[in-house]
Amino acid sequence: MTPMDEVIAQIPYAVFLGVRAECDETGGLLLLPFRDEIVGNVNLPAVHGGVVGAFLELTALLQLMEQGLERVPRPINFNIDFLRSVGPHDTRGRAEIVKHGRRIANVRVLAWQDDPTRPVAAGIGNFLL
Amino acid sequence: MMGHVPHCRLLGMKLVEAGPCTGTVSLPWQERLVGDPSRGVVFGGVITTLLDHACGLSVMCSLKEAVGIATLDLRIDYLRAAVPGAELFARAECYKSTGSVAFVRGTAWDADPDDPFATSLATFMLGAHTAGHGSLRAAVEREEPEGEQ
Repeated sequence: MTPMDEVIAQIPYAVFLGVRAECDETGGLLLLPFRDEIVGNVNLPAVHGGVVGAFLELTALLQLMEQGLERVPRPINFNIDFLRSVGPHDTRGRAEIVKHGRRIANVRVLAWQDDPTRPVAAGIGNFLL
Repeated sequence: MMGHVPHCRLLGMKLVEAGPCTGTVSLPWQERLVGDPSRGVVFGGVITTLLDHACGLSVMCSLKEAVGIATLDLRIDYLRAAVPGAELFARAECYKSTGSVAFVRGTAWDADPDDPFATSLATFMLGAHTAGHGSLRAAVEREEPEGEQ
């Protein structure tokens, strides 16, 4: 089990979504495996926008928790831009800590499916540490 | 709007009230949706899902004809932690629609609608009125050929 997998195992919602830690040449990322139960629009079909938002927020939170914090950071606000339809495929997300202050952290996240240069959603949020 | 949405079925989300430009939905307490086990507080993203759905519902209820809608952006402010063990509610109001974009605000609460634990602001694209570009649905289908699905 990687350190990130151990953090995932601590959070019931992360286990519920079935996210997994991955690593590529740029660093750590999070995988959201596609399954029918996360669909929000059966006609397209497309993943529920709320799940996309939750996945972005989870990617940000896990990135912070990997820094070895004493408690789970509390979200203050989170902004999601839905850039493309999120189709019935696996989604990957990568978070970047823009600022890690004493009390507040600002984290940016990008999610994509087949092509990292064509993001499906972007998020940014503030967390109370 | 709820029963045929697979993710809403999975979460057990229920429609409380709809229309004319508003939507209210509820979510039963579930241990598996917790984000902070030390406090038993539901994960913020679950509240995002509840608010996003209420927002979409309010936009659908504001439409004069049925067209495809898509969330453009959504911002959530977490005012306080949701009470562990409580059923959660979200209500959204589509307060302005331009024909191509709809503007929505929402609140989420547990015990008292006047004491929300989260608020949201969202904008939605309305598919039928993108003159010269075809419908949003058609645009999405162009981007997602059937062979890839």
